[in-house]
Amino acid sequence: MNCTHEIVMAGFGGQGIMFAGKLVSYAGMLAGKEISWLPSYGPEMRGGTANCHVIVSDEQIGSPIITNPTALIAMNRPSLDKFEDTVVPGGLILTDSSLINRSVKRKDVVAIEIPATQHAIDLGEGKLANMVLVGRLIRETGIVSLDILKEALKKIVPARKQELLEMNIKMIELGYNG
Amino acid sequence: MSEKVLMKGNEAVAEAAIQAGCRYFFGYPITPQNEIPEYMAKRMPKVNGVYLQAESEVAAINMVYGAAGAGARVMTSSSSPGISLKQEGISYLVGSDLPCVIVNMVRGGPGLGGIQPAQSDYFQAVKGGAHGDYYLVVLAPSSVQEAVDLTMEAFDIADMYRTPVIILGDGMLGQMMEPVQFHQYKGRNLPAKDWATTGTNNSRKRNIINSLFIDPQELENLNIERFNRYKQIQEKEVKFESVNCEDADVVLVAYGTTARVAKSAMSRARAEGLKVGLIRPITLWPFPVQVFQQVARTAKAFLAVEMSMGQMVEDVRLAVNGLKPVYFYGRTGGMVLTPMAIVEEIKKISGGEKND
Repeated sequence: MNCTHEIVMAGFGGQGIMFAGKLVSYAGMLAGKEISWLPSYGPEMRGGTANCHVIVSDEQIGSPIITNPTALIAMNRPSLDKFEDTVVPGGLILTDSSLINRSVKRKDVVAIEIPATQHAIDLGEGKLANMVLVGRLIRETGIVSLDILKEALKKIVPARKQELLEMNIKMIELGYNG
Repeated sequence: MSEKVLMKGNEAVAEAAIQAGCRYFFGYPITPQNEIPEYMAKRMPKVNGVYLQAESEVAAINMVYGAAGAGARVMTSSSSPGISLKQEGISYLVGSDLPCVIVNMVRGGPGLGGIQPAQSDYFQAVKGGAHGDYYLVVLAPSSVQEAVDLTMEAFDIADMYRTPVIILGDGMLGQMMEPVQFHQYKGRNLPAKDWATTGTNNSRKRNIINSLFIDPQELENLNIERFNRYKQIQEKEVKFESVNCEDADVVLVAYGTTARVAKSAMSRARAEGLKVGLIRPITLWPFPVQVFQQVARTAKAFLAVEMSMGQMVEDVRLAVNGLKPVYFYGRTGGMVLTPMAIVEEIKKISGGEKND
């Protein structure tokens, strides 16, 4: 049984990639699992591509660097181009099809293309497409329960942004149930 | 037991320092350690401490000299090029027997280099990056939790032996987040800082903090006295972790974040039936020589893995002392190692294809 989830999340700077990763990490921690979160850092974060590596495991985590993810969230075309081939056979690829003008080519993975940005805009906040994808990620992988994810969200949304909490939860539920 | 929190390595080091009683931080920004000064800027005023962004690394290390001389717990942090700038000040701190903690979140070099993680400052930290006869205690955490624990202990080691202590991390450790717990800081029984320049109140002889000794006999005596302290450190402060060495044919040697990659490699190799162990030096100086002497009796070979062109491998060779072959594998310039690549190197050694 594979008890280690290795997730790469990637997109443009500003899409909330790092936050999405932190949320899953925090939820993993609340669920009593071992976790690590490793961001890409440097000039590529300003307007360019950003990615983070999140590992959630029942065992002690060795390398925090993921070479072959069990799940990929790609929020733009360069990210899909860069990471598609690295996903393990049988792994999961989640894409934001509102922003990516091609389909997943791999036939040996579970590919789910969601117009996450469009969904998020329809619900009132296009910038929360990341939450739609995270909602779907946990449904597909069962890394943590929806309840724990929501609990984690409550803990990491800063006090000055509490008004966004409800909206974030709505987006996660949309992804989860969608 | 305190609650688990999710923190970046950099933030965790900063918080650990504050909890260990550090009340003075002087620094200058550089990637990938900026979360340390950022955190200190926020927290220090709340604990009646001083955070000061100096005009340069050189200024910052000399401010450390001043605060340490006055008996305060003080820290500075930087990354590779910034640590190079601090070297003169580090030598003066040693020469004046001043305790302090210096964090180096190493990035690729030489020169301005890159900003991705590296371990290519091993020589600088361990062999003396500045002038004069000296060593620094060098601690190399491999997880965020260990970074917390070692940072707290670093202040005690510094005060106990009156020496600067280096926390040698890398960009990966600084940037990654892991759950950490802050245990109540207990601290060691430490000698009083009766040497500090705290003001005499006209009630005692004045103390002088100085590293200039014109009389060679006096300077030799002081250096010998300092090396007696180094001997105590070598006897009492060595830390390492060894895993699966009992039956290992090939023993990996790695420190810091690379040791985590090596552990993953060890697990994969074991799953393929290869007998692989790991020695992880936690103190790089003093280097854990004895465990190598012991393991060399049963192991067939050692493989040092580093994010450098091969630096710690020299200490491994000295420690193994010719008893068994010592091989090296590394990536440099900010490239990181993968478990698969290490497993390949192990196979080359087992198959006799690799030369030491």
